[in-house]
Amino acid sequence: MKGDVKIKVCMGPSGIALGGAEVIEAFKKEINTAGIKALVGDQCSLHKVGCRGLCTKDILVEVTINGKKTIYENIKPDKVSKIVKEHIVKGNPVKGWTAGKEYHNFHNKQIRVVLSNCGEIDPEDIHSYTAVGGYEAARKALVSMSPEEIVEVVKGSKLRGRGGAGFPTGLKWELGLKIKSDVKYVICNGDEGDPGAFMDRAVMEGDPHSVIEGMIICAKATNSHQGYIYVRAEYPLSVKRLQTAIDQCYEKGFLGKNIFGTGFNFDLKIFQGAGAFVCGEATALARSIEGKRGMPTPKMWRSAERGLRDKPTVLNNVETFANVPKIILKGADWYSSLGTERSGGTKVFSLTGKVKNSGLIEVPLGISLREIIYDIGGGIEGGREFKAVQTGGPSGGVIPAEFLDIEVDYESLALVGSIMGSGGMVVLDETDCMVDISQFFLEFTQSESCGKCIPCRIGTKRMFEILEGITSGRGREGDIELLEELGHYLRTTSLCGLGMTAPNPVLSTIKYFRGEYESHIKNKRCAAGVCSNLS
Amino acid sequence: MEETLEKILTNYQNNEGNIITILQDVEETFGYIPEEAVNWFSKKLDIPASRFYGVATFYTQFNIEPKGKNVITVCTGTTCHIKGAKKLLDGLRKQLNLLEGEDTTDDRKFTVDHVACEGTCSMAPVVLINKKVYGKITANKLSKEIETLRRKTGGRSEG
Repeated sequence: MKGDVKIKVCMGPSGIALGGAEVIEAFKKEINTAGIKALVGDQCSLHKVGCRGLCTKDILVEVTINGKKTIYENIKPDKVSKIVKEHIVKGNPVKGWTAGKEYHNFHNKQIRVVLSNCGEIDPEDIHSYTAVGGYEAARKALVSMSPEEIVEVVKGSKLRGRGGAGFPTGLKWELGLKIKSDVKYVICNGDEGDPGAFMDRAVMEGDPHSVIEGMIICAKATNSHQGYIYVRAEYPLSVKRLQTAIDQCYEKGFLGKNIFGTGFNFDLKIFQGAGAFVCGEATALARSIEGKRGMPTPKMWRSAERGLRDKPTVLNNVETFANVPKIILKGADWYSSLGTERSGGTKVFSLTGKVKNSGLIEVPLGISLREIIYDIGGGIEGGREFKAVQTGGPSGGVIPAEFLDIEVDYESLALVGSIMGSGGMVVLDETDCMVDISQFFLEFTQSESCGKCIPCRIGTKRMFEILEGITSGRGREGDIELLEELGHYLRTTSLCGLGMTAPNPVLSTIKYFRGEYESHIKNKRCAAGVCSNLS
Repeated sequence: MEETLEKILTNYQNNEGNIITILQDVEETFGYIPEEAVNWFSKKLDIPASRFYGVATFYTQFNIEPKGKNVITVCTGTTCHIKGAKKLLDGLRKQLNLLEGEDTTDDRKFTVDHVACEGTCSMAPVVLINKKVYGKITANKLSKEIETLRRKTGGRSEG
């Protein structure tokens, strides 16, 4: 078999955990011992790539021979020898191991903008990124666009904050640009802390340069010369790959002084968060970079006016920044046309739970939940009944079957009592207990509450205790009403978003599954069979 | 110890570091935050020890007590939760005779920890045994892994 052979092995979070490195080693060994090296010479390239999306079928391996792609799923090191012998040497793809209908269904309704390079390029090699047009957008922005022009394009794209709150990115940048200050900061929030969410991790590990490029463009648009990427220390690979990418940028002159010969300077550093969910909040994150306890302060100003070290700070999430280079290159109209009237573009979700095909997906805003869960996700595992989908993690809520056809965007999810959030989407089936789910999220917010304001510190604790009582058979008449009342107070009086949104999982489950709460309290019965103290 | 601490101090001074970066270096070097280290930095930098402890107890990355030889981390993300993470965690704590509020066994062979999400939800439930990821793990399999580790660690400490 002669020709150009490329092998890509998924090294996303699941790929690594399942032994992706061993698969790469096995390929290297087999290719050598089979003597293929002599046949294909240095044209045979093998590299690790970031997350390819369909984690259920990991480890995914893509073999391309003379431009013809074949995807293999569920590959283990012991399967490599056969692939090399039959496919790469003889040219016959191994039957039964190649990706089936599910893999293609999984990809059909997706539009990959942020994830377009994840799983395609080597995240540790800047040349792999520049070969697909990387840093062209930064060059364009720095060489031929004014800050005002960049802001206009981002505004026109209708890109909104992907961290969850959905504030229009262009407006934030405009505010950052208008404010006069000797020092301004650009910060990327990579403190992904929602349980059940790994979108940002996949981007930081699969395509770190796209985040850096987005930040360079933002720096130019807001006239900032210093930036930080705040990453969870629990994501050591993200830290490593971002650091490698930053070092490569300094070598190439994409960061530092006089970028692209334009006289524009921008320095970028990583700050490792030490693990606190509340640090996703802007003021808490700033305190953390200053080396303090990450406790929020009352929001008298927007961060763009007064943020880190009291200087104007433009803070965006990983996914938001990663969208920017594509918007600059392809234009605002292209991006906004992908989404809905109010929200442009695509959104990355980590689709998990009781769904057949779980993994990382990117869909145009406006797609229905049904399409996501049934077409992309392949429906419910084990043929069981769909019950609800949880979006937005501990700040979000559950959405029952009656709303499966709503369009996914910031407003419509809020309308049914949940939030878009950062992109966690956990599918629940008939064997999941809604009271237990509420208790789970309250246990999380209660332990992550920083303790500064009373409504959040005590409110989450009391709500958790009531829920614990209900799930262990000690539920009392009036508990539901008490939860609603407490939830209302938390929402209206907490200092920051953590406390304000903490009641959402409880209130939304009460709204749609009140009967389940009642049956726990009155009949001491858990129909899903989760609460072990009940019948 | 002093030499190591000097090195951390230099790193801090060269990199506009702060208390968090110091503590991260200390944690990485010693596996926890020893009191001696805090006092040393407190004196050197003229920052009260209480500020170090204020930060150390705020963030989950820092441990005030030394950890056991083997660290078992149960992922308690949403997906792992609905796939039985709590049962795994309860079973594990029971197997290791950990009382409420305890995370490390008396013989310091095991520490039980949890993480909010490991990011490998398609393999749920997930447990990390000394940082190695075990996906779709059952209570039975986890219990066996612990027994194997117990035998291994026991052998080493006796030898």
